[in-house]
Amino acid sequence: MTATAASTVSAPDKRRITTKPRTSDVIFRGVLSVMSMSSLLILALIGLFLSLRGFQAFKNEGLGFITNIDWIAGVDGGEDNFGMGAMIVGTLLVSAVAVVIGVPLSVLTALYLTFYAPETIKRSLVTIVDLMASFPSILYGLWGFIVLMPMAEYWAQLLNKYLGWIPLFSVPEPSFSRSPFIAGLVLAIMIIPIVTSVSREIFDQTPLDRIQAAYALGATRWAMIKAVVLPFGASGVVGGAMLGLGRALGETVAVYSVLNIVFKINLEVLYGYGGNVASMIVGKWGEASLSESKALLAAGFVLFIMTLVVNLLANFIVRRTVKTGK
Amino acid sequence: MTTIESALKAKPSKPWKTTKRQLVPSVSLLLAAAIATYVIVALTPMKGKLAYALLFFIFSTSFLAALSWSKRGKSAAKDTIAATVMLTGGILVFLPVASLVLTTIVKGSDGFRLQIFSSTMQSTSYSDPLTSGGLLHAIIGTLFLILIATAISLPLSILTALYLTEIKGKASGLIQFLIQAMSGVPSVVAGIFIYAALLLTTDLRGSTIIGALPLAILMIPTVTRTAQEVLLLVPNELREAGLALGATQWKTVATIVVPAARNGLITATILGVARIAGETAPLLFTLGTSDKINWNIFSGGQNALPYYVWSGIIDGTEGGLARAWTGILVLLILVLLLFVSARLFGSRKVK
Repeated sequence: MTATAASTVSAPDKRRITTKPRTSDVIFRGVLSVMSMSSLLILALIGLFLSLRGFQAFKNEGLGFITNIDWIAGVDGGEDNFGMGAMIVGTLLVSAVAVVIGVPLSVLTALYLTFYAPETIKRSLVTIVDLMASFPSILYGLWGFIVLMPMAEYWAQLLNKYLGWIPLFSVPEPSFSRSPFIAGLVLAIMIIPIVTSVSREIFDQTPLDRIQAAYALGATRWAMIKAVVLPFGASGVVGGAMLGLGRALGETVAVYSVLNIVFKINLEVLYGYGGNVASMIVGKWGEASLSESKALLAAGFVLFIMTLVVNLLANFIVRRTVKTGK
Repeated sequence: MTTIESALKAKPSKPWKTTKRQLVPSVSLLLAAAIATYVIVALTPMKGKLAYALLFFIFSTSFLAALSWSKRGKSAAKDTIAATVMLTGGILVFLPVASLVLTTIVKGSDGFRLQIFSSTMQSTSYSDPLTSGGLLHAIIGTLFLILIATAISLPLSILTALYLTEIKGKASGLIQFLIQAMSGVPSVVAGIFIYAALLLTTDLRGSTIIGALPLAILMIPTVTRTAQEVLLLVPNELREAGLALGATQWKTVATIVVPAARNGLITATILGVARIAGETAPLLFTLGTSDKINWNIFSGGQNALPYYVWSGIIDGTEGGLARAWTGILVLLILVLLLFVSARLFGSRKVK
């Protein structure tokens, strides 16, 4: 039966099989490839324009632009003297305070959310943390100035009173307002959402068999966390903390509202002045001459490089953890 | 018969669930901790909310730990301590959020009246009584900024996300890396970059369209990353089905993949908008300023909600701060609306 059918109906021509893409696909792929390069273009342009426009400052000051402490704009053709040493040290100090306060709180919250919280509380708490991330930074700034600062000044006084013998907490005179400590507190609250969500993501990926193995051996919840979750998630948490650090380094408006910016190196966190690159740019911008504006652009370039390095390192660490976790 | 019916009606028992009776010791211990805290604060020089909070934390933790120790030994006590510490951490995170929202509502409601949505600051200064002036111009400016920034960044972001998920070309790793790097660019750097590139050496002045450029830069990484996640959720079978029917890749993406991920892509856009709606720092360099409504996006300064708040803070007077709080309240309502709508779109599953 099949043989007769086959002899009467001639087989259709063989279709030519080709891997050559159609014209529409060539265009489609071309457009996507070009457009996806926009991120490269933008980053390159940022680096290029800031370094180009700030070149004068780099050339005049040399390495001193980063190490010198004074920032003096020459008046009426006088000599400029731009150094952002105090600002860089201040930025690192404020961000360090933020990380020291914010990261432990975030890790505790992430652990609570992942392993302790009842399902209903968990969902609303996760929403609240996400919501926190979308609050505008100017809200944190104004709230920090009006609400947090009076409280934080009192806490700073207590710290100084009882722990003042530690050099970090000593102050030359009782001036606790607008200190790196307060700016760091505001930043700590601002980085909590990102550090918490990164930590939570990583804790969530703890292999279930290891958790169950720990429980089967009779571990309590805390013993399980200590033996399984923390070793597994440690480097991920470090990565999350560095992402938070990257945020803290570049935060502008919130820090500007609560920090007293002075061009002197201050390592006493409770004492009432400090430095911050991003806030300095905003603060000095208004009445800057052309040469000072260019120096501020150069300062922006330094900030750009600092955050870039910290962020890339952080992402590298987080990704490595997530990959090995699977 | 009756036994079956009663068996069906009976609720499943959960023998592991804590009964009310088991709660009695812990609740009474918490009460004891509260009393002990009160007594110590009353008798010693330690005073204030901080003393109450700290002492109550110490007492309740140690009492509850002692209870677990007496019941199940040392490791149970450690477990209890860990649980209380983590709960405390969660509460400490929750407190600032509550304070932020409450303060904004309380302080912002002073100046929050109907007239602020219909008038501008054209003939009002920040220190004037709150009965005059408003932020209509700032709202319109923010809407303009959002529209322009979205118009610029959305195509770039979605196309980049499509490149990463559909083509998976040689540059995927590099682009992923660059998007991560871009998400870390501080907002102030984006602002001064646009200033250095467009304003410093030219005759251009700050305007709506220039103010939207740094916002677009800040928006791209957020939208790209969310869009990429959403596109990855589209089942591969859909793509294969499209290709098997003889569609080109372009047709498959345009008529199957993108429509399937539509809700998610909307969520991605909303999240991007929420990211930039409250950005202040870049606007200080690029927006110029305006006290009245400016419909021309190409020339003349513009205002925006965060900029309005900033001006109020810089003004520093009582009236200025009150206006700043009102501006923040409006901004917060906008962000909350965006947040809720992102959730609504996000909760619908990818078809």
